[in-house]
Amino acid sequence: MSGLLDRRLLVVTGKGGVGKTSVAAALGLLAAQEGRRTLVCEVDAKGDLANALEVGEVGFEPRPVQHRLWAMAMHTEESLQEYLRLQLHIPGASRVGPLARILDFVATAAPGVREILTVGKLAYEVRERHYDLVVADASASGHIVGQLTAPQAINDLVRVGAIRSQTGWVRDLLADAATTGVVVTTTPEEMPVRETIELIGRISAETPVEVAAVVVNRVLPELFSHAEEALFEDLRRPPAYERLAAAVGPEVGDVLAAARLAVTLRRRGAEHLEALRAEIDGAIDVAYVPYLFTRGQGLRTTSQLAEALGAELA
Amino acid sequence: MTTGTLEPLLAAKEIVVFCGPGGVGKTTTAAAAAAMSAASLGAKTLVVTVDPARRLADALGMAGLGNAETPVGPAAFRAAGVEPRGELWAAMLDTKQSWDELVHRHAPDPATARRILANPLYENVSGRFVQSHDYIAMERLYEVHTSGRYDLVVVDTPPSRNALDFIRAPERMAEFFASRLLRLLTAPARSRLVTLASRPFYQLADRVLGSQFIEDIAEFFLLFQSMYEGFAERAEAVRRLVRARRTAFVVVTTLETTPLREAERFLATLVAEGLHPAALVCNKVLPSYLLDPAAEARAERLRTEAPRVAAALAADGGDPGAEVPAEALARVLAEVGDSFRRFAVVAKREAEQRAELARVPDTVVRVPYLDRDITDLAGLLALARALWGQPEER
Repeated sequence: MSGLLDRRLLVVTGKGGVGKTSVAAALGLLAAQEGRRTLVCEVDAKGDLANALEVGEVGFEPRPVQHRLWAMAMHTEESLQEYLRLQLHIPGASRVGPLARILDFVATAAPGVREILTVGKLAYEVRERHYDLVVADASASGHIVGQLTAPQAINDLVRVGAIRSQTGWVRDLLADAATTGVVVTTTPEEMPVRETIELIGRISAETPVEVAAVVVNRVLPELFSHAEEALFEDLRRPPAYERLAAAVGPEVGDVLAAARLAVTLRRRGAEHLEALRAEIDGAIDVAYVPYLFTRGQGLRTTSQLAEALGAELA
Repeated sequence: MTTGTLEPLLAAKEIVVFCGPGGVGKTTTAAAAAAMSAASLGAKTLVVTVDPARRLADALGMAGLGNAETPVGPAAFRAAGVEPRGELWAAMLDTKQSWDELVHRHAPDPATARRILANPLYENVSGRFVQSHDYIAMERLYEVHTSGRYDLVVVDTPPSRNALDFIRAPERMAEFFASRLLRLLTAPARSRLVTLASRPFYQLADRVLGSQFIEDIAEFFLLFQSMYEGFAERAEAVRRLVRARRTAFVVVTTLETTPLREAERFLATLVAEGLHPAALVCNKVLPSYLLDPAAEARAERLRTEAPRVAAALAADGGDPGAEVPAEALARVLAEVGDSFRRFAVVAKREAEQRAELARVPDTVVRVPYLDRDITDLAGLLALARALWGQPEER
């Protein structure tokens, strides 16, 4: 897995709520720390990236946020404007107004129109080599396949026109496994694991893009060895419990209950991870990052996540 | 922080919509609320869910089922040790199938319906249109409510960026069909006369997308427009229904930073739309004893004085024959104390974030972290007891 950050474009996806943005931000931070000029792009602009990196507003224009790290938020209308300006040499926004409005309608009916503006912009940044690495905090599992297949979909639907001539190189760039990889983020829980398995199947079946890695976020620590757990269970029962309560205080029952919960949650997660491993069968690298018991969920968490990822990727 | 109850809401309303950010257990919460309403409130209850976990689907006896409303048999309740006073029905939302049914209903004639269904662009609209799932959920809600078959309909909403997507889906769909831009787009197909005003637009669109493609789209929309009347009427009816007093919204979230921020936006949006968010459900709340200073002090003692405590326990005359190595015991005690401290950090942060919520509904319900996955009706009902504000079991 050591080569993960040597690719040029990493598309980070996963079920909603698993920490996709945190993982994308952490990958970006790690790459920058390792010396790569890196751009992190939030595709579903919800403002989570700005939070993870603790910067003000992140807009379409990339802005420096850390040493060697830039951040931007995708905006399909601005992407269209940039495309018209750079590729078709249509200046100004005067004529884009009606086209931007019609975009909603066209994008509704035609697969890939909105998506190509997103994927196209990412690919453009890669091709122009403004950065060593582009990390996309991409759409959730539900929409990612549509985005990755957008160039092909456009190609199938649009028989002539300027857009069509632009899809070929984007598709090639996505299909090149040395350049582009998908990173599926999950947590050790039932639904995220199930969605991860389904998504990996769909990406290999329907898109030309390679799944480079699975990142399992929020893995709880293993508290005890097998022998230690037996000791722990003894402590929760009389007569050991009474002696412990007498020695430490009656509230020690709550402390034991908290540890019991931690053991149970860890075990339940392990079962789901077992299912995940059985399904992907060593074919895809899996990185595990620990649950971070932190106060905030900002740059401090992102840095710790980057550190944990760094250790896993090394 | 005391915990409220959803019981009065589910006892009084006819429609309860569960919404909120993704990944917080919304589907399970909605199913649990419905199950308890059927079991203890005597309501004939339907739960409409989007994409339940396999085991939840099994728990509801709806594995492999699609759009059809299916009763959860009394056997499942008996297995959970409950004699239900009402009935529990469940249905899964199949967006594609629902769309097909809609086209059949709204198309002016069967031939048009067939042409729409056969159009290659149709699959995209029905399957991928961002608000397509939202619209279908609303449509389904209206359909089952007006059928008069149920006392209570509990709706689990699709994951969407914000509450507005869901609430406004019917209006958006109607606006979509009424739009001037849509007429502009379909104009060339209706007449060869392109007005002077729209010419630059067509030139630009042609250049980017190609004229053939524009014509394909135009033809499709023209077909779709024949269904306008039906959609507009229905959208208005749905709009009235969700704003009616018989409908209540419940926002579900966890206390993690990101979902909580999204939930806050959901609440604000509902209020701004003139809807009443009746309750907030905080799911997966860590046990309150993690906030107890006395417990924390004990944990700290275990952490820092583990060898001494272990030695004391060993010296205090263990069971004869039970050889407990004091070193191993010390390690266990220290780990127990450490684990408490770690979780206490999270519990404090979450309690603080909950307290800082700007505007919360009158009812706030806390659901504790369940230490097992829900695999049957008994599990759902156990979760529902928390929704009913009954104290958590240790």
